[in-house]
Amino acid sequence: MAGWTVHTGTAVALPLANVDTDQLIPARFMSAPRSEGYGSFLLHDTRRDEDGALRPDFPLNRHPEANIMITRENFGSGSSREAAVYALIDAGFRAVIAPAFGDIFASNAVNNGLLPARLTPEACAQIEQMLGDGTAQARIDLDQSTLTIGAQDFAFDLDASWRIKLINGWDDIDLTRQHAAQIAQFRNNRSQAAPWAWPGEVD
Amino acid sequence: MTAAPRTLLDKLWAAHEILRREDGVSLLWVDRHLVHEGSHHAFAKLAARGLPVAEPDLTFAVVDHYAPTRARAQTADPQVRRMIETLRRNAQDHGLRLFDLMDPGQGIVHVIAPEQGLTLPGLLINCGDSHTSTHGAFGALGFGIGATEVAHVLATQTVWQRKPKAMRITVEGTLGPSVTAKDMALHWISQLGTGGAQGHAVEYAGSAVRGLSMEGRMTLCNLSIEGGARFGMVAPDGVTFDYLAGRAHAPSGDAWDRACEDWAKLASDPQASFDNEVVIDAAQIAPTVTWGTSPDQALPVSAQIPDPGRIDPAKADAARAALDYMGLKPGQALQGTPIDQVFIGSCTNGRIEDLRAAAAVLAGRKAQVPGMVSPGSAQVKSQAEAEGLDRIFTEAGLDWVESGCSMCVGMNGDLVARDKRCASSTNRNFRGRQGPGARTHLMSPAMVAAAAVTGTITDVRPLLSGRHP
Repeated sequence: MAGWTVHTGTAVALPLANVDTDQLIPARFMSAPRSEGYGSFLLHDTRRDEDGALRPDFPLNRHPEANIMITRENFGSGSSREAAVYALIDAGFRAVIAPAFGDIFASNAVNNGLLPARLTPEACAQIEQMLGDGTAQARIDLDQSTLTIGAQDFAFDLDASWRIKLINGWDDIDLTRQHAAQIAQFRNNRSQAAPWAWPGEVD
Repeated sequence: MTAAPRTLLDKLWAAHEILRREDGVSLLWVDRHLVHEGSHHAFAKLAARGLPVAEPDLTFAVVDHYAPTRARAQTADPQVRRMIETLRRNAQDHGLRLFDLMDPGQGIVHVIAPEQGLTLPGLLINCGDSHTSTHGAFGALGFGIGATEVAHVLATQTVWQRKPKAMRITVEGTLGPSVTAKDMALHWISQLGTGGAQGHAVEYAGSAVRGLSMEGRMTLCNLSIEGGARFGMVAPDGVTFDYLAGRAHAPSGDAWDRACEDWAKLASDPQASFDNEVVIDAAQIAPTVTWGTSPDQALPVSAQIPDPGRIDPAKADAARAALDYMGLKPGQALQGTPIDQVFIGSCTNGRIEDLRAAAAVLAGRKAQVPGMVSPGSAQVKSQAEAEGLDRIFTEAGLDWVESGCSMCVGMNGDLVARDKRCASSTNRNFRGRQGPGARTHLMSPAMVAAAAVTGTITDVRPLLSGRHP
């Protein structure tokens, strides 16, 4: 995963609350290998009408070039499917800005270089209004934790460890393997302090 | 000097913390890692690095999300077959115990792990599934993770995690007749919202929680994620130990005694403080039903569907959109809403006690609509058959099928058709969850049975008067 510090792109508003991960990617698409690309699955059913045609008034259909999403409360709630993040990334998104995120979605996002930035509901509503059903150029600076649209700066909330991870693009497995000796020591201690923590043999 | 009082979360966290980085994020030891067909992305990540599974003896695989519930010996759908084959190959390559389709231990991951005694108090349990909070019912740290984290656990048997804040939901008093753990969960989520416990680990306490069976505690903890909490837990007690004694992988003999001694210490200290405390009166909880497309859009069955124009303006848009999707009108009584079909099953409500509760309503009655009953595991299935519950379901006109995630998520092809209304004992009423355009009403298994018998959303209580639930 490549790290990033500044992203300049196109912001679009998705004025919906509770966009859960079942909406972000319906379950029937999740058996595809990632190499096939998940972008076309993003909000697959939400952006289509009953006959399967793309709804022309849906923001992402109107502005397929957008790569920063401003949305409402409780984005990414529900299932732990990381495929929801793959769909956003493969559709070109680098950041989602919302008042609150599902906890598992947010950590999945950071693990894939997608920024889940929190702004107050008021600030999100203000940006939503600025964007209307159009788009605007926007700039995200992870060093400063700011989102700039037009002349306005918005300071967003982001866990400090997540900020560093997004910037460095660190891979956790490499990082953890540096602690191999400590992990082995812990395992050994635990097997003595809590021998019951290992599964009993089945007769 | 005495040690500062600690919460159950503090104790479990400390027992698993290998190290804590300067930024406050902990590296935790994982005692059990449960994988399923959906874990294919994680195995692919592992393969890309050429890494082995670090602890195959602590890793258990099960076919559940895509498990066919009918004619499973000759699965026709090539996509389903491929998903199951991939899990088989990964389990074989890495030497993992696999609970395969025909295994007598097969079932939904959050049903079988407790059943097999793989879930124990004091453990840290991960699975690439948000309902892993279920295992917290035993006084364990159980939480769902994404594919990158699954790959990390496979490779290292550890997980990085910032300690959540501690929240306690205390339910005091006695639940009314036919009011269940499901109603308790939908009640608190409707009060606090789907983000009500975000960033928190919820400990459930109080006499009404103590009074629940393990099945009920699992239902309660299972639904924690629908209120935003990645963790839900109940301190272990005699009910927990009685459930676990003699289970296949549980400790036995001296090891059992020692384990019980250790587990008895797993409770929040009396003076421990929580970041957030909520107290609920059990007597105020009614049989609860969702009316919208988010689990917090739930009301007592006797209520009327809310008018978006008269509720909190911040929730009005979402309510309007939900009613439009659900095909419901403001002010209409929830009770009497006609349904098209029913589903009983899932990791939330597919256990033996759930099937007994539904059967108590259905016995000697006919379902007015079609429906499916999918037991949570092969063991639950044979237990139910030994008790004759399967006959009650089939004589009522419902289909009795094999175990799996089934119509809760529809990955195996068990779907609700567009615009059809389903009374469901599952966990998510999200748009499209049970199929594109499907309309889901969440409720307890007994309430689903009542809906089946009347063909409408119905209060189960009058149907049970004079019967033993």
